[in-house]
Amino acid sequence: MTGLFSEVFLGALLFGAVTAAIPLLLAGLGEQMSEKAGVLNIGIEGMMIFGAYLGFVGAFYSGSLWLGFLTGALGGMVVALLMALLCVRLGLNQIVIGIGLTLGLEGLTALLHHFQFSRSYPRLPAADRTVIPFLADIPILGPALFRQHLIVYMAIALVFVMGYIYRRTQLGLNLQAAGDKPAALDVAGIDVVRTRTIAVLTTGALAGLGGAYLANVGAGIFIPFITNGAGFLGIVLAMLARGRPVWVLFGALLFGVCLSLTTAMQVAGINIPTDVIQMLPFLAVMIMLVLFGRRASLPAALGIPYERGAR
Amino acid sequence: MCCPSSLISCSDAGRIMTNVSISPAATPDIVVLDRVTKRFPGIVANDSVDLAIRPGEVHVLLGENGAGKSTLIGMLSGLQQPDEGRILVDGTPTPITSPRHALSLGIGTVFQHMMLVPTLTVAENLLLGGSWWQRPKTEELEARVTEISRTLGITINLHARISELSLGEQQQVEILRALVRNSRLLILDESTSMLTPKGIDELGALMRRLVEQGLAIVFITHKLKEAAAFGDRISVLKLGRKVGEIPPERFRALGEDEIISEIVELMFGKRKDDPEAEEKAPRVLPASAAPLLEVRDIEVPATANTPGLSAISFDIRPGELLGIAGIDGNGQKQLAEALAGQLPTSGGTIALEGKRLDGLSVGERRESGLRYLTDDRLGEGTVGSFPVSINFFLKQVGAAPFWRSGIEQRAEIDKRAGELVREYDVRTPSLKTPVGRLSGGNIQKVLLARELAEGAKAVIFNKPTYGLDLANTLATRQRIREIAARGLAVLLISTDLEELLSMCDRIAVISSGRLVGTVENTGDARTRVGRLMIGLAA
Repeated sequence: MTGLFSEVFLGALLFGAVTAAIPLLLAGLGEQMSEKAGVLNIGIEGMMIFGAYLGFVGAFYSGSLWLGFLTGALGGMVVALLMALLCVRLGLNQIVIGIGLTLGLEGLTALLHHFQFSRSYPRLPAADRTVIPFLADIPILGPALFRQHLIVYMAIALVFVMGYIYRRTQLGLNLQAAGDKPAALDVAGIDVVRTRTIAVLTTGALAGLGGAYLANVGAGIFIPFITNGAGFLGIVLAMLARGRPVWVLFGALLFGVCLSLTTAMQVAGINIPTDVIQMLPFLAVMIMLVLFGRRASLPAALGIPYERGAR
Repeated sequence: MCCPSSLISCSDAGRIMTNVSISPAATPDIVVLDRVTKRFPGIVANDSVDLAIRPGEVHVLLGENGAGKSTLIGMLSGLQQPDEGRILVDGTPTPITSPRHALSLGIGTVFQHMMLVPTLTVAENLLLGGSWWQRPKTEELEARVTEISRTLGITINLHARISELSLGEQQQVEILRALVRNSRLLILDESTSMLTPKGIDELGALMRRLVEQGLAIVFITHKLKEAAAFGDRISVLKLGRKVGEIPPERFRALGEDEIISEIVELMFGKRKDDPEAEEKAPRVLPASAAPLLEVRDIEVPATANTPGLSAISFDIRPGELLGIAGIDGNGQKQLAEALAGQLPTSGGTIALEGKRLDGLSVGERRESGLRYLTDDRLGEGTVGSFPVSINFFLKQVGAAPFWRSGIEQRAEIDKRAGELVREYDVRTPSLKTPVGRLSGGNIQKVLLARELAEGAKAVIFNKPTYGLDLANTLATRQRIREIAARGLAVLLISTDLEELLSMCDRIAVISSGRLVGTVENTGDARTRVGRLMIGLAA
């Protein structure tokens, strides 16, 4: 039996949606932290692709997915460090530097991949899945939600960790002050540059991890331009989520569904031109922007480098 | 260091609660400035200033705009470092390196511009500044705030969002923040400028209670009445220098009138070595001449950020120079823009040579002969990236002979621009140089040349010498005098009293969007304008 509501189709759709949503979720959570602290991190796409590349290299040579996640996160942080140096410490334009980093790293990773893997195109073995007892046996939902890699559950737990940080901790207060009124944070005795650097480095780690997940678990292979705009979607998610991590999760799942429609329809044998379906995520972005764009409330000092004494 | 744990555990936590009034003479100074100098490009903001701050005393720093009050505060609160001289804290020379360092030394500052995060609650703002790995200690904060606010008689809802509070309440939050952090020196920078009269009285009472508990307060203001009402000791700053100090003994010995006249003399008295000092040559105007520019009851509604104008009326006769004096931000810019037609008025009339201008657009008013030289020379006066030549004709774009059928006539433009450059002595490498690359003085000359061209009858100058060096300042002033001598009506808006005194025939004083008085520029005009500016009768 084929059709839109068959078990095969729904199962494939949901499983694919979760897999596709995780990199968006990590990127969105990361971007959200930068934006909260007043840094518009356009370089996140570059952090992601570098994380994907280094994550793949780490996992391929060590044989351990976890080591791959670690190298991926570190890769993202290296790019973030550069971004923090240029945009937070030196106060250069965040948009120009962000675009520069993204384009530069897309090129760099494509080049490195060409020299290293272009003849063999090695693949990683399929990732282990952590099956959650009982829940995994629920029809349709079970296989999609409860037979995922451990990192998926960790990423979802991170949503709530972030919510706790923003609402309940000193760091959360400092981050929000750095984005809404950095001068107030400065006179309260907290270094604005340091606070924003912490935020940007965290963004780098999360984006790098998201990239590594995309290559190692999602695809099992690194190919040039593999992130395909996932970092930019993360920026959109962060902007629409109004500083709330749980909205990033909802948004990521929605985009995830759109992204996985392609595969799910092919699995279910539904015949719609793939070009139309591949367009869906971007259509969804536009629809969401039209519906919720007005709601986006961004920090007052977003994108403005902090300079002590300047009014 | 100042971390949340110090909110309660510092050894002197209870000090401000328990101390009884200390005799000021017996206590050592908390902070001493010793010949402190701070320079910024082009100006000396503080020139060898000495200042001693004692506990139990409200030390008023009085001075006009640009007197160097804010720079002094910047150095005390760790935002800026002195170029020369030293700062002593408790008798030891201590460079105050950062705001955090200032806080740990017990120096708390309430800045002129609110330093609270509007999206956070009162409690969250008070907690700001703790180390990032710690959990905010909300319960401890609540206990401490209750304790402090009880002794001071203020009530603050810790869970209200800052954006929901009035300006007076926000200020109380800032004072509270300084106290929660065990400040022993509280600096209040122009704290009354945004308060209602009732709020000002409440602040005065609060300051009195705080110094009775042994705090030192530095209170910055340009309002003489507040200084006399709230202060124990007054230091007067003028153009970066400390020109006088009235100690508490003297303060008590003198009557209010004597103190006020002494301060007026200190603030507005003439310095002997002032390079800008020029005596105004007495000019005789034909007294019977009909006014050239007549302004009656101009009204502009106030907005959230700018003052409005109410019932502004004045006449300017041909060849007369009328000055508008006042502290910056009292409606000067609004007045200039309302006259020029850039800001809509809600009432009143403007007439030039008897012809009504008030329904006309900016361009039509300019056409009629009313010209406006903005203080924002690069922002709205010129297009910085356009060449000098085009900037001369920005307000005639499309008009013959410089444009024909919409096509720029390069030869015509360059010919006329060349004449203007020579006539107004614009120092530019070439006519093609982008105007933004010229110095402020030369940009001003381009503006002058453009606005005084054909058909000017009345000219409004808004802060014409602001930001110019001395040579260009003097040249601009001379140019303005020449304009008046040609029989034009000139309105000169300036925050520099010296400038007005050296140039104007009459000086009107603007305060909160009203003209509070007009003074003939003769004899004692300096004192009378000074008194009007600080809110006294002339």
